[in-house]
Amino acid sequence: MDNKRTLLDVIADSKFIHTILSIIIGFIVGAIFLVVMGISVTDAYGTLLKSVFSSTKNISYCIVYGTPYIVVGLSVAFSFRTGVFNIGAEGQFVMGSMAACVVGILFGSLPSIILIPLCFLAAAAAGALWGVIVGFLKNKWGINEVLSMIMFNWTAFYLSNYIADFPAIHNEGSAEATRNVSEHARTLLPAGLIEKFNLCPTANWGILVAILLTIVIYFIIEKTTLGYELKAVGFNKSAAEYGGISVNRSILTALAISGALAGLGGSLQLLGMGGRISIFTSQEGFGFAGIVVALIGVSNPFGVLIAGLFYGALTYSGGKLNLVKAPTQVVDIIVGTVVFFIAISSIFGAVRYLKKSPQKGGR
Amino acid sequence: MSMKKILAAVLAASMVLGVMPMAVSADEAPESIKVGMVTDVGGVNDQSFNQSAWEGLQALGEENDAIEVNYLESATDADYASNIQTFIDEDYDLIICVGYMLADATREAAEANPDQKFAIIDDDSNADLENVACLMFSQEQASYLVGVVAGMMTETNTIGYVQGMVSDTMNLFGYGYIAGAQSVNPDVKVLQFNVNNFADAATASAGATEMITNGADIIYQAAGGSGAGVISACVDNGIYAIGVDTDQAYLAPETILTSAMKRVDIASQSISESVLEGEYVGGVHRYSLENGGVDISPTQDLLTDEVIAAVEEAKEAILSGEVVVPTTAEECPDFILE
Repeated sequence: MDNKRTLLDVIADSKFIHTILSIIIGFIVGAIFLVVMGISVTDAYGTLLKSVFSSTKNISYCIVYGTPYIVVGLSVAFSFRTGVFNIGAEGQFVMGSMAACVVGILFGSLPSIILIPLCFLAAAAAGALWGVIVGFLKNKWGINEVLSMIMFNWTAFYLSNYIADFPAIHNEGSAEATRNVSEHARTLLPAGLIEKFNLCPTANWGILVAILLTIVIYFIIEKTTLGYELKAVGFNKSAAEYGGISVNRSILTALAISGALAGLGGSLQLLGMGGRISIFTSQEGFGFAGIVVALIGVSNPFGVLIAGLFYGALTYSGGKLNLVKAPTQVVDIIVGTVVFFIAISSIFGAVRYLKKSPQKGGR
Repeated sequence: MSMKKILAAVLAASMVLGVMPMAVSADEAPESIKVGMVTDVGGVNDQSFNQSAWEGLQALGEENDAIEVNYLESATDADYASNIQTFIDEDYDLIICVGYMLADATREAAEANPDQKFAIIDDDSNADLENVACLMFSQEQASYLVGVVAGMMTETNTIGYVQGMVSDTMNLFGYGYIAGAQSVNPDVKVLQFNVNNFADAATASAGATEMITNGADIIYQAAGGSGAGVISACVDNGIYAIGVDTDQAYLAPETILTSAMKRVDIASQSISESVLEGEYVGGVHRYSLENGGVDISPTQDLLTDEVIAAVEEAKEAILSGEVVVPTTAEECPDFILE
């Protein structure tokens, strides 16, 4: 039977199985490095597992760490689906968190119900602006968006440091950081709830926003005319234009939505977890993590949701590897390998092709 | 004495003792302890105080089987709290927070866990908490000594000073350096530059180069990771540099005259040992010339005997109280960074 599906076909066709396989390979490669370094694999991976699942506090930490990754991942995934590569999520994230921070400090006396949405709005607007400028440069003068985005990441970096230095924003104490945003701006869960379920002190309801955004983005991409147009531009610009879609406008819209998402990710991290922004000495890398999350989540909003939690859990638990004298970089090796194997997904197709050819010849 | 009286006395004594543990935190010396260190975002290999603290603890852990040491690195500002929490959950006896960036996170954790012992480096804003030992360094004293070196060795009567960031803690380096230089050379001109970043070697290098153009022939840098830029600018232009925090001579032996050392390693070791010995106390612990907590580095190959003698003299004068190194902007009007 020619159309009988082999196991290899199933693997190559199912992005889900392919991703799971890549993750398993990632952990195997990580284990090889551990063995070479003479560190017990069971100790190291045991620590990873334990730091994720051993208590409600740990689980809540993983969710708190994962929340911004989910939303930045959505941002990058959305850009992948619409044909632009948003490598500027890092800068949009920084702009979003700084915008939310400024609002959260200056309008700190407003009640939470007004202040928190205001912070989200400011963050989304700042992130969208950072994306739209790049799109404008591309449309108007054909400047490659990857180049301008990388530069805009640094512009955001230094702009954030500059704003953090304003007397009204800068920390009152000696810390090289902004003031803490007002308690009214924080998205923390009520203290009673945290105590009752033994959650981490920064447990917050940002994850609900992340889930909501996941659904909204899924809806936009799959169920709306807008999403259809953006995807069409992503697939083939010329065909889309021939079909009557304005490519320039689509690119701007895609970058605006993608930027707004990254900005929102910044505000979720700030209002939930950080509470302040330090004067950066190096890029914090949330935007770049977003690229990883989008890749692991195969640019599917629900895939990104899970990938974001996975990445958050790895980041949180990976930091604890030192406790068993294993280098935390093992986690980077695992993630790098996973991304590598996902990125070369075509290799599975190639293997299938090679395997089939001789069969045909034999008949 | 009647039985009743004895009973009363015993009861009274037990009541007193019952309260005592709160007051002196009743530290029986434990048999073994675990010491956890939380870095700031510089990470454990920052060639500065994170590294120095960890090297000190590592050495301590190797020589003393009763002390287990470990560290957690912070990738972002938001990691401080969760890293501290990890050590609390793992029942560490002492948590050392490296750097004033961790001051707020330390306060929060120390207030929520009054039985957990903390130490924090370069911060005294938590001195009011009984369970936080604030390890403070008299960096102005070491800076004064290297200022004496610069003041005597300059041929152009112009020296430079590059600072990583302007803050009360950081400014102390500048006060001491300027005062030291002026003490031996009243006419010396001190060019000053603020990088406003501890990890921007490029900007630091540009600032240093400008000073060199303006005649500086010795530059002292108290700028963390940015300092590397100053040193490379000095190497390129063939002038002298002065190191900071650790003995940095190994970075450029022909260029670095000496270094103002801040023994974060010694401080981390001694606070850890105090926990093991049951003698830990909170509040400010000051590390100065007097207890070897700060000093000029032993590398002095490029200094003349005359300069070395002057440094020794200055050291004696500080120790005897004859010289008081300025610690405020008012006492050091020539310090211009802000």
